[in-house]
Amino acid sequence: MSLELVATSELCSSYNGAEVLHEVSFRVQQGDYLGIVGPNGSGKSTLVKTLLGLNRPTHGTVTLFGLPQDQFGDWQKIGYLPQRLKFFNPNFPATVEELVRLGLLAGKGFPKRRAKGDDAAVEETLAIMGITDIRKRLIGELSGGQQQRALLARAIVGKPELLIMDEPTTALDPETRERFYELLQLLNRERNTTVILVTHDTWSIGKYATRFLYIDKRVVFDGTFDQFCQSEEMTGFFGEHAQHIICHRH
Amino acid sequence: MTITEILSYGFIQRALVAGSLIAVLCAVLGVFLVLRRLSLIGDGLAHVTFGSVAIALFLRINPAVVTVAAIPLVLLSSFGILKLTDKARIYGDAAIGIVSSLGIACGVLLASVAGGFNIDLFSYLFGNILAIGTGDLVLALVLFAVVLLAVFFFYYDLVAITFDEELARSSGIRTKTINTVLVLLTALTVVLAMKLVGIMLISALLILPAVTALQVAASFRATILVAALLAVGSVVVGIFGSFILNLPTGASIVMVNFVVFMLVFSGKKLRQAR
Repeated sequence: MSLELVATSELCSSYNGAEVLHEVSFRVQQGDYLGIVGPNGSGKSTLVKTLLGLNRPTHGTVTLFGLPQDQFGDWQKIGYLPQRLKFFNPNFPATVEELVRLGLLAGKGFPKRRAKGDDAAVEETLAIMGITDIRKRLIGELSGGQQQRALLARAIVGKPELLIMDEPTTALDPETRERFYELLQLLNRERNTTVILVTHDTWSIGKYATRFLYIDKRVVFDGTFDQFCQSEEMTGFFGEHAQHIICHRH
Repeated sequence: MTITEILSYGFIQRALVAGSLIAVLCAVLGVFLVLRRLSLIGDGLAHVTFGSVAIALFLRINPAVVTVAAIPLVLLSSFGILKLTDKARIYGDAAIGIVSSLGIACGVLLASVAGGFNIDLFSYLFGNILAIGTGDLVLALVLFAVVLLAVFFFYYDLVAITFDEELARSSGIRTKTINTVLVLLTALTVVLAMKLVGIMLISALLILPAVTALQVAASFRATILVAALLAVGSVVVGIFGSFILNLPTGASIVMVNFVVFMLVFSGKKLRQAR
């Protein structure tokens, strides 16, 4: 029986008095590759932040690795790649290697110091992400694709069991985006890393994700992409034409 | 007068040692503050220090220990800035502005009510590094050890929250604690740096070496190291220069820092233009 890594129950969240999430319930099992899609303002990013404890729900519960979210402390088990860094400063003077090393902090107690095995983990991750040759370059000097790979390297260097990403490919060109998704698939298949990916890119979700969660403040659909395409309920929700366009691209 | 002769003066020796220690602290903390867009917190806390000194003098606390007496109130004010930002959802710069103006207002009001103090409150505005005594030197040494040890122990947490606070929180880092540590260390450093360059110029010591180092940084560690070296160099050149040219020392240190910044900045632009 596979382990349940994430479970939400009747999750509600508000922003400036307006309800952003309404009774959102879903579960994520180990090894899942869950794509979360929905229109702008549907609460996707709020949902991700609520899972990570960055946003407090007004109602409902989040369970991570079997523990209530506020009791969960094994943050090294979760890698997070945000949509865009809130205060990202292109002049931040960290090298790619320094940035990736920050991903190892979650598992460390006080004081956080370099541990045996850190160097090997960083080396391995730089190689997997194909950024070994730019390890000494400042992140501000890199292209959008290189920056995103460095940030993904930061998220996976601690070998998390669960990887949560919020629209990570927004700034990438189609070719780089494809390579990015292939990397995620590799992690999902070879490391059994569970992936939760928020995206607008429905086509890619259909191609790579094993599950598809469509939210619009509430859960509209939860199933596989094929089920989505065949769902009469979804035809009613989207209209035949829109559903056809989404599924045809697949 | 030769350098050896200048160095033979006890007050110059103390100024060089204390100045270098405080310069290193300001530079190291400055890198984090500048990158977190909290550069002006030094200025704000310096103004609070002015008010705190006025309160200490008003309460007839011995002028020799006024600096130490001001510390609790400045620490409390630094908490105030954090709380205003966090709880009242006021932007950091506005919170600094509120606390800062309150500090200055307290100082001026108390000076007026007391009808003036035995020592000139306004001398704290510009400081006098050459008047540093042995007690100040010991205080600088203790503070140097405390702040550098704290930065050593919290280094990775500080880098993480400086890069992105939300990302740091998602890694389980207690960002509120680390923010508090950073602001408290800054408050302690500002109180002590008051004697060096004075309240008006403290933020220059926090900002200029960091901004200069950021122009040539090759890594985060290198930025901190370069900022510290530039800051010490500026203090040494500033003290010698002011002594030889009979200029105010605090202002001279700041001017040297600014000249170094301009040289590095111009050099970088020229290199980029080629």
